[in-house]
Amino acid sequence: MRPFLIALWLLIMPQVVQATTDVYPFESASEQERFRELISELRCPKCQNQNIADSDAPIAKDMRDEVYRMMQDGATDQQVTDALVSRFGEFVLYKPDFNQRTALLWATPLLAVLGGLLVVVGLVIRARQQGGAEPPLSEEERRRAEQLLRDRDGGV
Amino acid sequence: MYPELGQFSLILALLLAGLLATVPLVGAISGREQLQAFARPLASGLFVFVAIAFGLLTHAFVTDDFSVAYVANNSNSLLPWYYKFSAVWGGHEGSLLLWILMLTGWTLAVAVFSRRLPTVMIAQVLSVMGMVSVGFLLFILITSNPFDRLLPNVPADGADLNPLLQDFGLIVHPPMLYMGYVGFSVAFAFAIAALINGRLDAAWARWSRPWTTVAWSFLSVGIALGSWWAYYELGWGGWWFWDPVENASLLPWLAGTALVHSLAVTEKRGVFKSWTVLLAIVTFALSLLGTFLVRSGVLTSVHAFASDPTRGAFLLGLLAITIVSSLALYAFRAPVVHTRSRYGALSREIFLLLNNVLLVAAMLLVLVGTLYPLVLDYLGAGRLSIGEPFYNVTFSPLAIAVGFLLGAGIFSRWKRTDGGWLGRKLLWPAAISLVLTCATLVVYGGFSPWAFAGLLSACWVAVATFLDLWDKSASRHGRWHGLKRQSRSYYGMVLGHLGVAITMAGATVVSNYGVERDVRMSPGDTAEIGDLRFTFSEVGQRQGANFVAQYGRFDITRDGRLIATLYPEKRQYRVQRNVMTEAGIDAGLTRDLFVALGERVGDDAWAVRLQYKPLIRWLWLGALFMAVGGALAIADRRYRIKVRSGATAKAARRPGGQDEGVAEAV
Amino acid sequence: MMRRVLMFIPVLLAVALGIVLFAGIGKDPTQLESALIGKPVPVFSLADLQDPDRVHHDDVFQGEVSLLNVWGTWCPSCRDEHDDLVWLARDEGVRIVGLNYKDNRDLALEWLDKLGNPYALSLYDPQGRLGFDLGVYGAPETYVIDADGIVRYRHVGVITPRVWQETLRPVVDQYAKEG
Repeated sequence: MRPFLIALWLLIMPQVVQATTDVYPFESASEQERFRELISELRCPKCQNQNIADSDAPIAKDMRDEVYRMMQDGATDQQVTDALVSRFGEFVLYKPDFNQRTALLWATPLLAVLGGLLVVVGLVIRARQQGGAEPPLSEEERRRAEQLLRDRDGGV
Repeated sequence: MYPELGQFSLILALLLAGLLATVPLVGAISGREQLQAFARPLASGLFVFVAIAFGLLTHAFVTDDFSVAYVANNSNSLLPWYYKFSAVWGGHEGSLLLWILMLTGWTLAVAVFSRRLPTVMIAQVLSVMGMVSVGFLLFILITSNPFDRLLPNVPADGADLNPLLQDFGLIVHPPMLYMGYVGFSVAFAFAIAALINGRLDAAWARWSRPWTTVAWSFLSVGIALGSWWAYYELGWGGWWFWDPVENASLLPWLAGTALVHSLAVTEKRGVFKSWTVLLAIVTFALSLLGTFLVRSGVLTSVHAFASDPTRGAFLLGLLAITIVSSLALYAFRAPVVHTRSRYGALSREIFLLLNNVLLVAAMLLVLVGTLYPLVLDYLGAGRLSIGEPFYNVTFSPLAIAVGFLLGAGIFSRWKRTDGGWLGRKLLWPAAISLVLTCATLVVYGGFSPWAFAGLLSACWVAVATFLDLWDKSASRHGRWHGLKRQSRSYYGMVLGHLGVAITMAGATVVSNYGVERDVRMSPGDTAEIGDLRFTFSEVGQRQGANFVAQYGRFDITRDGRLIATLYPEKRQYRVQRNVMTEAGIDAGLTRDLFVALGERVGDDAWAVRLQYKPLIRWLWLGALFMAVGGALAIADRRYRIKVRSGATAKAARRPGGQDEGVAEAV
Repeated sequence: MMRRVLMFIPVLLAVALGIVLFAGIGKDPTQLESALIGKPVPVFSLADLQDPDRVHHDDVFQGEVSLLNVWGTWCPSCRDEHDDLVWLARDEGVRIVGLNYKDNRDLALEWLDKLGNPYALSLYDPQGRLGFDLGVYGAPETYVIDADGIVRYRHVGVITPRVWQETLRPVVDQYAKEG
């Protein structure tokens, strides 16, 4: 019940009256969310692999401030990322663009799954083609099989 | 004097490893049993000397022997004793020593617990493990000696252990992780031995399986511990960053999971042998690749050890020799002849093969994602970053697909499953999962496609697992009898799969329904998340063993009732002088409340990060289930059946062929 | 036969990967290439460090190849390279424009007084706006800017005589000729 109330609260009250202000205040929850997503997708150029949301580095703070400033000016996500990429390079994007350079990267899971499926389909077809049943057991093999079955004490 | 003894011990270990790598193998190839018999005693001796070296390094830490460079760089007299103990593996050289300790430990374990295996096989397996030990011991002695001294200028005190590492996490995470990484060397050794002697059959799969499962269990625990540690230690509430070092641990885990399942098929049905062998080699190769990535400095990571090009080059050489030679051996010696066997399109064999397809695809995804920036840089095509947003979009569908496959595959039968029967069987699980998922979505509020898919997949797995258990435990003599009758290996599977469901549910819910707020607060202020009120009651200072901390007290209330009081801190460590954030966490099975102090803003205000994290503990709980499942699986009776005398000898003399025959019952 | 050939794929992939990894050893992954190479210096208008009433614009780079050195008194590595900068300006005759980044004017002036001033002129950027627009992520950084105000190279880290000889000088010479 509690989580339901929390969720309901968040859904119907985009502008909650707070006793405190957010560090980066926004007019609406969806803008807040957009900001959070943007800063988590941008990389701090100085740190050891952190996004600018989590980093304490001064440059990360500058970048967060810039993202905030641009969003207040009405910039779209694309405009914000373009502005930062034009200054710091593609390095600061954690989500690589889909272009010639990165095509192979994005295609990897698809290619791997398709390739695997092809192999599996091929195996099934071949197994089916192997037609008849396995060769029957010879007398000696049959006796051995019975011996084995008797010796088992009701295992797996 | 003791450090020199430690170094000497390592040299002796190297000699023994060299003997282990050669003598038994020569004996195996030439059929001389006396030489093969050297394997076990050499393995014991190897472990003893490495353990002595490890003990001496520990002694140096505990007695504050700062004449040893490694101790001086990683310890300090003010460090609490339990951190001095774990500081042994806090840096590059010591963690390598831990690695080799575990490797020789596993080698000894194989020597001790494999009485039933033919001596030839044991000789080969131990020799291969000896070869790996030779490589790592050479690496340690030549480039990363933990016993190097700083004489005559012994520093008065040490540089202290990195404050981030002064934590319980360091005591448990690396050992568990390394047990997993190194444990896969056993499966690797079995694979190489099988390629060398040409006896690649269901028996080989059965011998490999328990070792692989144990290693996998340890790795699961190790990864979960790492995630948990990062969550409470790093101060911003994240639990997985797709950092190269984290990926380095996930890669062998994904391949290892595929391997565990592939071994099951090879053991039970004798098929997919070539593939299983390749997987065994690849899994260990990924462990080694991970070791290289973490220590070579080619990738940037919060977790990386300090890098050094000489070490990087040596390690790469070690890696190259091991992987290229084993894959070349595979290329030349793996069987190309297909085993004649029939299996239908919906048979268990095919379901498990599809499981492999998805897991290997996931592994390739993470591998390519981690190495792509390196490749592009090599080609001069610029620097690229690949992080969470990429993996969220590409990895999640694969994980969800694995879940759906799992639920259906549980009911599949070996060789042939009737499509109609399977479809009918899956109707109830489908309906129940759908209802459960919708109910959960309502409880947490808000529909999102990802949340729906993830939860549906998780519920599907859980419901199917329970339904299968219900079916199998039906018995004339009552349900309890039916339940008792199931093997431990079956319960291992049940727990393992439940673990997957639990982890997936946790990951889905916390990613989609977690709430985070960054607020500016001064003492006296309150902030709200939902109906939870966070009150910043006071600030204060306190002294720790080797740090000074500024803390804030936060009271969390709901409807006026106090739920928790948290004390997040900003610590400054005396020696290294970095400032660290310690989050205040109220842990719970259904949710965590997380408060962390950020930067000071203005005179008396702080940037505070407040988080509500539903079901986050399920992530790690699921991994625990998986590990316990693995442990149960190897405790299965069939691995402990006593061999009747003479049976082993008969099996050893039988010419190489399909199944091994009389000795052990399946 | 085909199957046997397929078995060789893993080992070939491993060798290829090994080559790529080997090439990566020793490279510094924290060195980033500037996004501004080939583009003009961003438009700016900053006060002079010594003379607060005087304002500089991006045209200060027109007419001569210059180095733009980003520094601050809070940066210990900047102290390390300062003497080499003085040597560059005085003995090699290189025109260096200083960008005092996120610093305190008085502290900066004191620093230059005590340690020598290698800069033909110094820009005062307390907010770090020009630094941000240039893509500065950690001082010290030095840019090579040609006579038309186009950024041609960025070096991240301290400048030593060796860095000058091997890395910066060739770039400077190349664009000095073309100017």
